[in-house]
Amino acid sequence: MKHIAIGILGVATLGLMASAASAGTLDTVKAKGFIQCGVSTGLAGFSAPDDKGDWQGIDADFCRAVAAAVFGDGTKVKFTPLSAKERFTALQSGEVDILSRNTTWTINRDTALGLNFIGTTYYDGQGFMINAKKLPGVNSALQLSGAAVCVQSGTTTELNLADYFKANKMEYNPVVFEKLEEVNAAYDAGRCDVYTTDQSGLYGIRLTLGSPADHVVLPEIISKEPLGPAVRQGDDQWYHIVKWTYFALLDAEELGITKANVDEMKNSASPEIKRVLGQEADTKIGTDLGVSNDWVVNIVKATGNYGEMFDRNVGSGSPLKIARGINALWTKGGLQYAPPIR
Amino acid sequence: MASQEILREEPSRGSFVNDPRIRSLFFQTLVVVLLFGSIWWIVQNVIDNLQRLHIASGFGFLKGRAGFDISDTPIAYTSDSTYGRAIVVGLINTIIVAAAGIITATIIGFIIGIGRLSQNWLIQKICTVYVEIFRNIPPLLVIFFWYSGVLAVLPAPRDSYHLPFGSFLNQRGFYFPRPVWGDGSWLILVALVVGIAMSWFVARRARQRQMATGQQFPVFWTSAALIVGLPLLAYVLSGFPLTFDLPKQSTFNLTGGFQVKPEFLSLYLALSCYTAAFIAEIVRAGIRGVSKGQTEAAAALGLRSGSILRLVVVPQAMRIVIPPLTSQYLNLTKNSSLAIAIGYPDLTATAGTVLNQTGQAVEGVLIMMIAYLILSLVTSAVMNVVNSRMALVER
Repeated sequence: MKHIAIGILGVATLGLMASAASAGTLDTVKAKGFIQCGVSTGLAGFSAPDDKGDWQGIDADFCRAVAAAVFGDGTKVKFTPLSAKERFTALQSGEVDILSRNTTWTINRDTALGLNFIGTTYYDGQGFMINAKKLPGVNSALQLSGAAVCVQSGTTTELNLADYFKANKMEYNPVVFEKLEEVNAAYDAGRCDVYTTDQSGLYGIRLTLGSPADHVVLPEIISKEPLGPAVRQGDDQWYHIVKWTYFALLDAEELGITKANVDEMKNSASPEIKRVLGQEADTKIGTDLGVSNDWVVNIVKATGNYGEMFDRNVGSGSPLKIARGINALWTKGGLQYAPPIR
Repeated sequence: MASQEILREEPSRGSFVNDPRIRSLFFQTLVVVLLFGSIWWIVQNVIDNLQRLHIASGFGFLKGRAGFDISDTPIAYTSDSTYGRAIVVGLINTIIVAAAGIITATIIGFIIGIGRLSQNWLIQKICTVYVEIFRNIPPLLVIFFWYSGVLAVLPAPRDSYHLPFGSFLNQRGFYFPRPVWGDGSWLILVALVVGIAMSWFVARRARQRQMATGQQFPVFWTSAALIVGLPLLAYVLSGFPLTFDLPKQSTFNLTGGFQVKPEFLSLYLALSCYTAAFIAEIVRAGIRGVSKGQTEAAAALGLRSGSILRLVVVPQAMRIVIPPLTSQYLNLTKNSSLAIAIGYPDLTATAGTVLNQTGQAVEGVLIMMIAYLILSLVTSAVMNVVNSRMALVER
C-alpha cells in the first residue's frame, strides 16, 4: 500500500519538479534548517525509536553526525521510517536527503538506481536463526532443506537466500513480508522455521522475541553485506559532505579524539590533530567542503567518534554486544580505513 | 468567407463572439489543448527528471533474471526466471484469489441475503448480525483476523490436526492428498465430459417435454448420477489408475500432498466474508424490489414457496441485482491487493518486489495500474454480457 503511494508520489514528484533549475541538496537542507534522514522502521542497534520516541542506533547517529557537520548541531535531523521496498524511491524522489538504513552497497544500486553509496559504516554478512528448542539437532545451515524461511521482500537478503539454497541443491518455502515487524511476528508465531537477514540484524531481532534464549544464530555467513548510507547521484558537493563525515568519524577514532576530550585536543601538540580539528591557521579544509572549519569538532561533540558510536549502539555498551571484528580500525586488524584529512 | 455565408443564411445574432456554436467549439478546443498539453508536460518532465537523476528507464528490465523466489507459483517459476514472469505469477495469483473469492462471496451472499428475508426469527437475526459485523469492519482487519486470529494459533506442524481423508490442518496451512493420474486416467476425464454433456442434453429434453406435455422429469438426480456415475465406472473399467499422494511428516514440515498456505486461506476467507455482506444486502434489495403481487399471483397458481422463489422472484430480482453486483466483484478484485499485509504473493507484492529490486518505480507502478485496469474492465465486460441476457426482453 504505502510503497505504491510513495511510488505514485515519486512519479508525481518527478513529473512536477521543475526540470531546469534545481538547487543543490546542501542549499535546500540549509534553507529548510534540518536534514531529512531515511531510516528503517525499527532495527535495534541501527535505527529504532527508544521509549521516548527518539531514534537510536548507528544509522540514526550517522545522520546526526552529518547534521553536526552542516549546522554545528546534531539535533537538526528529522527521521523518516522506510520499509525496504520504499527506501530507494524515497531517496530518488527527494523525500529524504540521506538514506541511512542498513542498506547493502551493490553495483546495481550504485548505477541503475541512481544512488551513490558513500562507504561502509558496518561490514555485515547474511546469516540464519532458528528456534533451537523446536528444532534440536540442527546446527548448520546445510541441514535446512525443506524448511520454511521468513525473509523481508525487496532486499539483497531475499536474493542471497535463493542463490544459497540453489547452490547447495536444497529446497525451501519462502515466507515473504514487506515489513520487518511482520517478519518478526511471523517467525515468533512459528509460521516459519528459519529467519534470515544480516547477522547483526538477527542478534538485534533475537532480543525482541518472546524467549530470546531459545533462538540460535547458525554459524554460516552466506554473503557479503557492506551496509552504508547513500545519497542521490548528480550532487557532488552533498556526496562529499556525507562521505567525509564518515571519514572524519574514522579519523577521529584513529587519532584518539573522543566526545570527552575533543576540546582539550584542540590544543594538542600534534599538527595532524590540530589540522583535523580545524585549528590550523588560515585553514580552508572545512569551507572547501562547504561547511565550517570546526566541522570535525562538531561531529565528535554530537555523536563521538566511530568507535564510540559503535560501542554505544551495537557493541559492548549495548544489549547487542557485537564484537568489533572486521569493523575494527585497520590499525587494529579490521577493515575500517579512512583517507587522511589534509 | 465561409463564416460570412453562414451568418447571411441564418438570422443575425450580432457578433460571432455570441454565436453558441463557435463558442462551444472554442471552449472544447481549449479544454482538449489544455488536457493534452498538461499530460505532455508531465510525461516530458518525468523523462527529463529520470535522465537528470541518472535512473535507467524503459521496460527492458522485465527480461532480467529475477533472482528471488515466490511461495505460490501456479506456473513454473524459479529464481532463474525473468522479472516479467514474476509479475505474471503475481497476476495469476491475484486472478486465482479473486475468482475463488467472487464465487464464494456470491454463494454466501445469496444465502445470507435470502436468510435476512426469512420468516424464521433465528435465521433472520443471525443473517442480520453477520451483515452488520462484516459490513462495518475494514477488510484489512478481517484479513488480520483470519491470519493472526484464527490460522496463526493453530498447532505447529508436529501436532497437526488430523482431518478425514488423510488431510491435515496446522499453522502452515491446510494439507490434503494430491491425486496422481496414472496410465489410462484420461478415460475418467472423458467420462466426466460425456456425463456433463449428457446432463445438459437431458435437461433440455426435459424442459421441452414439460413445455409440451406438462410432465416433469427428475433432472437433478439424473444429472448427478451421470456426472458422478460415469467417471466412477471409467475408474473401475480402466483398472483403478488414480492414486493419492498423502501428506507426510518430515523434519520441518509436512511434505507431499497439496498445501493451501495460510496466506491464501486467510485472504480468500476474508475477502469472501467481507464482500458477501454487501452482496447479501444487494440480494435483499433485489428481492424486495420485486412487486409483492408477483409472489401472490404465483401462490394463487398453486406454486410452492421454494418454486416461487426459484421461478418467479429470483429471475426478476436478478435484473436489479446484477449491476451493483458487478461493482462488488470489482471491489473484491481490487481489495485483493491488501494481500501484501500478510505476504500472499499477489500482483502488488511481486510487482512491488520487482520495482524494488530494479528501482524502476515509474514503470512498476504503471504495470500494476494497467493490470488492475484490464482485470476490472474484463470483469465488467463479462458482467455486462450476463446483464444483457437477464434484462427484460421488451416486445
